[in-house]
This record gives sequence, C-alpha cells and structure tokens, in this order.
Amino acid sequence: MTSKSKWLSAPYVLWSIIFIVIPLGMIFYYGLTDKTGAFTLENITAIMTAEHAKALWLSILLSFISTLICFLLAYPLAMILANMKVNQHSFIILIFILPMWMNFLLRTLAWQTLLEKSGVINNILNFLHLPNINIINTPYAIVLGMVYNFLPFMVLPLYNVLSKIDENVMNAAKDLGANSVYTFFRITLPLSIPGIISGITMVFVPALTTFVISTLLGGSKILLIGNVIEQEFTQASNWHLGSGLSIVLMIFIILNMIASAVFDKDGEGAML
Amino acid sequence: MRNTARKIYIALIFIFLYAPIFTLMVLSFNASKTRAKWGGFTFKWYSALFQNRDIMEALVNTLLIAVISSLVATVIGTIACVSMSGMKRKTRSILLGITNIPMLNADIVTGISLMLLFISFGIRFGVGTILLSHITFNIPYVILSIMPRMKQLNPSTYEAALDLGASHTTAFFKVVFPDLLPGILSGFLMAFTMSLDDFIITHFTKGAGVDTLSTKIYTEVKKGIKPEMYALSTIIFVTVLLLLILVNMAPSGKNEKADK
Repeated sequence: MTSKSKWLSAPYVLWSIIFIVIPLGMIFYYGLTDKTGAFTLENITAIMTAEHAKALWLSILLSFISTLICFLLAYPLAMILANMKVNQHSFIILIFILPMWMNFLLRTLAWQTLLEKSGVINNILNFLHLPNINIINTPYAIVLGMVYNFLPFMVLPLYNVLSKIDENVMNAAKDLGANSVYTFFRITLPLSIPGIISGITMVFVPALTTFVISTLLGGSKILLIGNVIEQEFTQASNWHLGSGLSIVLMIFIILNMIASAVFDKDGEGAML
Repeated sequence: MRNTARKIYIALIFIFLYAPIFTLMVLSFNASKTRAKWGGFTFKWYSALFQNRDIMEALVNTLLIAVISSLVATVIGTIACVSMSGMKRKTRSILLGITNIPMLNADIVTGISLMLLFISFGIRFGVGTILLSHITFNIPYVILSIMPRMKQLNPSTYEAALDLGASHTTAFFKVVFPDLLPGILSGFLMAFTMSLDDFIITHFTKGAGVDTLSTKIYTEVKKGIKPEMYALSTIIFVTVLLLLILVNMAPSGKNEKADK
C-alpha cells in the first residue's frame, strides 16, 4: 500500500530468515561436513549403502503406492462431492479435517486394534465366513496407515478445483457432441491438474518421510528412510549422517515443489 | 441406481475415515486394561483421567502451545499478508516461496532443522522451543488462507478512507480488516488444528521432561497406552463435534461469509 508497509514486513522477513532459511542452512552445513568440521560428501553417499538404499527404496515404493491409491479413491469422491452442489463448502472441508482433532498417533494405533489377528475386522470377517486378513506388521499395514492419514490431503485440493469448474464448459462440450468419457478426459481432467499436483505433493512428501506410521503399524522390523534419519538423531546421535540423508530426501521434495510450481502457478490447487 | 452407488461410495469412505475414531471411543468405555479384549462397560477411565497429573499436564501444555502459537502466527501472518501487497512482484514471490517451505517440506526435515538451530544457538529445549517451532509451521497456513481474500480486496476503498481523513491505522481496521476477517479466522483455526495434531516437529524440538499429548502417547506406545488417553481424546473429539454442529446450525448468513 504505502512505503510504510515495507516496514511492516520486517518482522515476518526476519522470522522466516531465522526459523526457515538458517535452519535449512544448518542441515546443509551438518550434512556436508564430518565431525571435525571438514567438508565431505560421505554423509550423502551413505545413501548408497545397502541398508540405507533399501530403506529409501521401500519408502519410495510404499509412498508411491499410497499416493496412487489415495488418488484413485479421492478423485471419484471429489467429483461426487463437487456435484452435490452443497452450499456449505466449509462443511465438506470440516468433515475431512475433523478426524485431526483425535490425536494422529491414537488414530493410527486404533488400526492395530482393527487389524490384529483377533481384531475387530477379522471378527467381522469370521462372522461372515470370509477368510481372515493378516496384514498387521507388514508393509500392507503401512500403506493402509498412509492412505488413511493422508487421504484428506488428496480429497481437499481435488474437491477445491473440481467444484470451481464452470458447468457451462461441460455443457458446451456435451452440446458439441462429446460423450461423458470424452468430456471427462478433455475437460474435467485437464482443468483439475493443479489440484492433482497439489494433492500428490501433499500425500507423497509426508508418506515418503514418515517414521511414525511405520513404527506403529509395521512392527519394529520395517525401516523406512524416515526411521533411519530419526534414529540417527535420537539414538545414534550422528547428526552429520542424519543431515546428509535428509539432504537426499530434500532432493525428492524439491523435485515435487518444482513440479507444483510449473503446473500450479496461481496456487489454485490450494487445500482450502 | 447411479445415485445409490454414489451414496454407498461416500459411505464407505466415511466408514474408513471414522472407523478408528469410533474404535477409540469404544475403547474409552472398555473396563479391561488391554485393547485386545472387551471387559465390560465402564466410566472409570473418565474419572481416573482427571486424577492423572501427567496427562493433565500434557493436556495443559498442548492447549497452551496450540493457543499461543496459533494466535502469534495469526498476527504475524496477517501483518505479513498486508505488507506483502505493497511489495514488488519479485520480492513478494521470493518471500511467498520461502513461506511455503515449512508446508511443502517434510515435517521430519523441518523438525531436525529447527533442532539443529536451537542446539547451535544454545537455546534450552522446553516449552519455548516447541512454541517457536509451532509458530513457524503455523504461519504458512495463516498466510495461505488470507492471501486469496487479499487479492479480492479493492485498494480504492482503502484510499477512499485515507482521502476522507482516516489515519492509516483507522483505515486498516475499519476498511481492510473486516474484509480479511473470514480468512484470518479460518487461518487461525487451521493453525490451531495443525498445532494440536503435530507430533513430529514437537518430537524433535521438545526438551526432556516436557510433554504434549502427542509425545506422551508416543512414549506410551511400547508400554501400552493408558485408557485414560482414550477417554481424553473422546472428550476432545465430542466437544469439537458439538461445537461444529452448533456453528453449522446457527443462522447461515454468517456461515456463507466464512465460506471460501
């Protein structure tokens, strides 16, 4: 507004430098030095060791599968919700945010109760004379936990873009002789790309880097890259190695950020 | 036919999303101490809850951190939004890019980076460090909910107020602020929710002896969760649910304003 406003931005600029820029710099400093403070790439190339590479690969695989499942579940849901023409846009958003008011760890732990050998789901399956499922402490349970925890982050951006699509555009396509499949692929899908990209980012990044879900649902045997980094910081106290591995993780995150910057210039796919 | 299929699909997704919550509520009434079996109906965990000093302390910490961090984040975020509108396009997009980092970056990296910062500057870990961290990751949510409102703002109304003799401050609070209010409120709520539900960043930035509900639950995982926790989370959830129902049933004029 006026020259005065330049002044006003000072607190926030200062805050972001101290608490965002400098901390990131610290990760790079620790990641690129050894205990004596000398420059080294060892902490980064450590990702190539069998144990770390396996953890990274498993994380990529599980988070990729979870993101895909989230997308396949969320897209039809978002389309249905967007077509319902509810006036209360905020109400739909709230239904998906509401579960967050029950602690995230407890919600994930509840899946243990549901999935256990003699758990709720198997009891129901027994009652229906269906075969039992035994996925607790396997990668399948981790995928389920990821889908469960991050599905809202896929639904909300998709719902947001889909509910903004002008109905007249679709009607025009139909008037011009397009059938509903063709309309979907030529109109709906391309117009929803910002939401898709932002949904993928919002699910893939937390799934790739989680250590909680794998701890709670995967038993203690399955290590994801998040578990490895967490242990370096809390148990092994090798911050240099932990930071080096975090830099590797950030490469994936930065790729994701670039993708969303390219496809979603105006931030249309924002969650809210 | 198609409508039924749609309804079934929505219902299945909601069962999936709410099944664990329902499970936790049932567990809070379970007389048996283990999750594995049902030992009859009881209210005893609800009364035990209020006598459990550890849990009560963690609850107070959690709420205190959530309230203070979301309030401070809302103030900083609002001022940042207003001031950003006066910036050059390039400066603004750099600042917005930096703002997005804590949201797009992995929580574990944000947590670690803040932990390294506090260690390097010799800041003692405790409630203070958790607060600083929560404010940091809350600000982006506030800015992102105010920004769209900011874009819709008509600058002429502000200038008109100045022409009519209002000071900058009066013009802001009388003209700009009311238009931004819905965005500010939803940003505050979002920040509050995120702070309350956070575990990862708190895990790395808390000191020994200080616990929020999340970190307390995490340490209890191996020994077995105390059933009082289920009781507490049921109370929190039901309270929020009732509040939301009340707000949504209230005359809808205000509601639509809060819509985005």
